[in-house]
Amino acid sequence: MSLSWIRVRAIAVKELRDYRHNRFVILTMALLPLLFIVAPMLQLFTAPAVAASSKLDARVGISLLYLLLIPAIVPSTLSAYSVVGEREQGTLEPVLITPIRREEFLVGKAFAVAAPTLTIAYAIFGIFLAATKLFANPVIASAVFAGSHVLVQLLFTPLLAGWSIWVGIAISARSSDVRVAQQLSVFASLPPLGIVALMQFNVITSSTGLALALAAALLIVDGLGWRAVAAIFDRERLITGART
Amino acid sequence: MGAPMTSSQNVNGPRASGLSGSLGEFALRVEHLGKRFGDRVAFDDVSFEVGYGEVFGFLGPNGAGKTTTVRTLGTLIAPNSGSATVAGIALSAGNGPAIRARISIMPESPGLYLRLTVMENLECFAGLYELDDVHGRIERALRAVNVLDRAGDPCGSLSKGLRQRVALARALLNDPAVLFLDEPTSGLDPVATREVHELIASLRERGVTIFITTHRLEEAERLCDRVAILNTTLRLIGRPDELRAKLFTRSLDVRTRTPLDDPTAVFGAVPDVEGWEQARSGYTLTVSDPDVAAPAVARALVGAGSDILSIAESRHSLEDVYLELIDEDVEAKTR
Repeated sequence: MSLSWIRVRAIAVKELRDYRHNRFVILTMALLPLLFIVAPMLQLFTAPAVAASSKLDARVGISLLYLLLIPAIVPSTLSAYSVVGEREQGTLEPVLITPIRREEFLVGKAFAVAAPTLTIAYAIFGIFLAATKLFANPVIASAVFAGSHVLVQLLFTPLLAGWSIWVGIAISARSSDVRVAQQLSVFASLPPLGIVALMQFNVITSSTGLALALAAALLIVDGLGWRAVAAIFDRERLITGART
Repeated sequence: MGAPMTSSQNVNGPRASGLSGSLGEFALRVEHLGKRFGDRVAFDDVSFEVGYGEVFGFLGPNGAGKTTTVRTLGTLIAPNSGSATVAGIALSAGNGPAIRARISIMPESPGLYLRLTVMENLECFAGLYELDDVHGRIERALRAVNVLDRAGDPCGSLSKGLRQRVALARALLNDPAVLFLDEPTSGLDPVATREVHELIASLRERGVTIFITTHRLEEAERLCDRVAILNTTLRLIGRPDELRAKLFTRSLDVRTRTPLDDPTAVFGAVPDVEGWEQARSGYTLTVSDPDVAAPAVARALVGAGSDILSIAESRHSLEDVYLELIDEDVEAKTR
């Protein structure tokens, strides 16, 4: 089955235009990343330069983990709104009575959440790295740039976002209440972050190979996500509320 | 049943030549279609045909299955039984995208993105239909519903009536072979209702095939070539005047200045009068042919020395037909 990228684009553009005027989305996109950059900065800039290597690693791990909360949490709240929110507004039925296939609808929604999330997550990470390099103690800065920290961060940002998006949309497609969907989505977005946390805290011995292997596994999950979510996306149930 | 009219034009200009022929004889052909949700029957054993260019009314009380029928024909809901052809395509899950590309449904609620402008709403839907000449089509659709001057306004700033018009413009974007309007005037004030009626009438003149669900009987009577009355099962189908003839005997309402001394003698002497009864303001005569009976009754009344105020054929509205049928159903259920 081939997707119509015109229809995918139509959904994605509509979503992005809608975000622009949605105060909730603007606040989510602005406040959460701000929160998640202030906390890691404080962690690093208040760390004593003479701290033991293990303690320093823990500080760096916590700091970077804060940054990974951006791709994990920001998309989960948006994607959780994507289906059930439209259903509550009464805008879902007019869309579903066009020739759009459910896969196109879902991929369009996912793109619309992914684009601003990744832009913000990478921008914040860039600011964090620049600030660390310029203003942090050189010992701390070298700890941040050492090992696979940066690679893990770069790799896992889109992968965690992908997981959160698909889980959020899946929950949204089966929920009947926006708030419940958003709460469940935030919880469901966290498990992969746990594995990354174990790497960042060096509980699992971090290596480039392990990071790549985990990234590959998450990539497969993300790649199949749209098919899995499409399978549980039931037009009839969404329109009538009847369980089929 | 009235002969199906052919359609050659719609809001975006003439359709591709021979489209009606290529799609088959009927815009809609429904045979023994049924849908149930668990134990609850939404509608059952529904069969009808709608010709191209016809305006077809689907009447019924709340919960009769009208909207579910539309959603089923629009491939949003899978039927449990029966078959249908929509715009020349067999109704099946696999044909869903092809059917939805050829039809439009305007749901009861306009379902517009209120934070987006009218233009942005329609651009989204033009993309979903993969239309070319997007802005030309949007302009023509907005002009058809008289909201072109509001194209840049956010939909949230529009009145209910204007939102309904924008929803209608959205439904016209893809030149649908069949346009489904689900309760198009629900919740509108009389002025907005009249505007929507005028828009539907103009679409009818352009030859658009329209399927309207409504429980507003005067709306159906005014706009529709034929109507069907649904109350889970299809109760009756035909032109409004055919339905009246089917359900009601023909009669004359006679009003005189003073009551007749001996009505039986007066009316009994007229061959075309089959019976009579006293009404609140005169007499109601059962007749075989009102056109023949009315002059004869007038002569008989004048001969009896009565002053005639009026003689008119009893006019049963579609509402009378509808209520008669629904009452029958209620009685059948309580029996």
